[in-house]
Parts: sequence; structure tokens; C-alpha cells
Amino acid sequence: MNEVLNFHFNVDGNDFTSAGQASIQIKKNLRRLGLDPETIRRVSIAMYEGEINMVIHAHGGEADVNVYEDRIEIILKDKGPGIENIEQAMQEGFSTAHDQIRSLGFGAGMGLPNMKRYTDDMKIESEVGVGTTVTMQVNL
Amino acid sequence: MKISQMQKLLEARVLCCEENANRHVYSACGCDLMSDVLAFVKDQAVLLTGLVNPQVIRTAEMMDMICIVFVRSKVPSEEMIELARESGIVLMVSDKRLYEACGLLYQNGLVGNKVKG
Repeated sequence: MNEVLNFHFNVDGNDFTSAGQASIQIKKNLRRLGLDPETIRRVSIAMYEGEINMVIHAHGGEADVNVYEDRIEIILKDKGPGIENIEQAMQEGFSTAHDQIRSLGFGAGMGLPNMKRYTDDMKIESEVGVGTTVTMQVNL
Repeated sequence: MKISQMQKLLEARVLCCEENANRHVYSACGCDLMSDVLAFVKDQAVLLTGLVNPQVIRTAEMMDMICIVFVRSKVPSEEMIELARESGIVLMVSDKRLYEACGLLYQNGLVGNKVKG
């Protein structure tokens, strides 16, 4: 497979309860490609946490998943407020989410660390007031 | 342990996918923080939780879980039941508290990742 397979999603930022739909769809798509369950789980969990983040913090954004011969790349791009201190944001337990999100089972400062845990590489580019792009790679 | 046996132990009511209640599960997770479920759970087929919103179903789906038990008589919405039905996840409601429900399952052989009938 030399061609890159791309799946593109617009993540709606208006409704927290619908967050995660793109990740569910990716999980289904990767299953159809016959990838091994552990890889599918890692990709979909990392994307799910990212999708939740985009909805909580950035009013949604765009998600792209590119399937290469040797890896899967997940790119999550938003035009949200940006991350002031990435190092701090990466610490488990650090969160700027409000209480309502916490009462829904998220916003405990686990999202970014989980995304890093499940992927082989993660890069965060962020500019305050402009937006954030998270690029993750999972090797096949 | 079969899901149907869990149902009896927890005196639970099944809300959907009862046809999957004869499946075996070998470990479970009791948690209200979905990010913790996503972080630390591995090969655990059952989620016991007091949290009721659609992200609970999606989290279970992400983790390949096949059964969710809502404790303290929390009843999920129709939307949640429909999401679970699409993924074949058995939903049930028990009036036990989370601690007691986990304890009952553990006491009766559902103890982590070891294979038990």
C-alpha cells in the first residue's frame, strides 16, 4: 500500500455529549482495514481524548487520520485559545477544564498524558489566541 | 463469569443486548473518571460506574468492553441505550453502590486478569 489513506472529520464543538463520534468512526474504519485490535485501540483512544479536548477547550476543530504503510498519523487541529504552557499541560492532573466537564468524567488532567501514552510520537504546536495542532504517530 | 451471573449477583436489570449475556468476562473496572478508564484499563470487559452520560458508552466502546453496569439505580437515557445497542454492549442497572457491586463480583471470582469460568 503506497497510497496514503485519509479520513477527515469536522469535530463539532457545540455539544459535549456528541464528542467522540469521529473516533468511533475511525475505529470502525480501521477494523475494516483489518489492523490488529491493539493498534486500533491505541489509535482510537488517543484520538478520542484529543477529540474530547477539542470540544472542551477549543469549540471543535478538524481531525485527519492518515494511514501509511508503516504508521498511522492522527492530526487534530483547532482554532481555540491555544496552550500557554505545554510542559505544564502534559503533567498528569493539570487541567483548566471547568467543573461541569469534570462532572461528566473528564477534565482531570489525563487527556494529553493518555494521548502520549498510547502513541509512539506526539507533537504539540500551539499559539495562544491562534490555536493548537496535535500530531500523533502510531507505528504499525 | 458469565454476564448473566453478574446480573444475578447484582440483582440488576438488563436494558439492552441481553442476547450477549451468555458471554464470559474475566475482569472488571469500577470507576467514575472516564480518563482513568482510558488510561489504565486493559482487557477488562466490564465497566461499573455511577456516571451517566453518552461518553460512558463511548469510553467502553473505545476499550472494547462488552458490558456496563450502572450502580446506585442510575438509569441511562434512550440515546445512551441506542449507542450501546449499536455496539452490542450489554447495559444493566443495579441498586447496589459501586463499592458493594465491585465487592460482590470480586468475591464471586471476577478478580482481575486471571482466567476464571
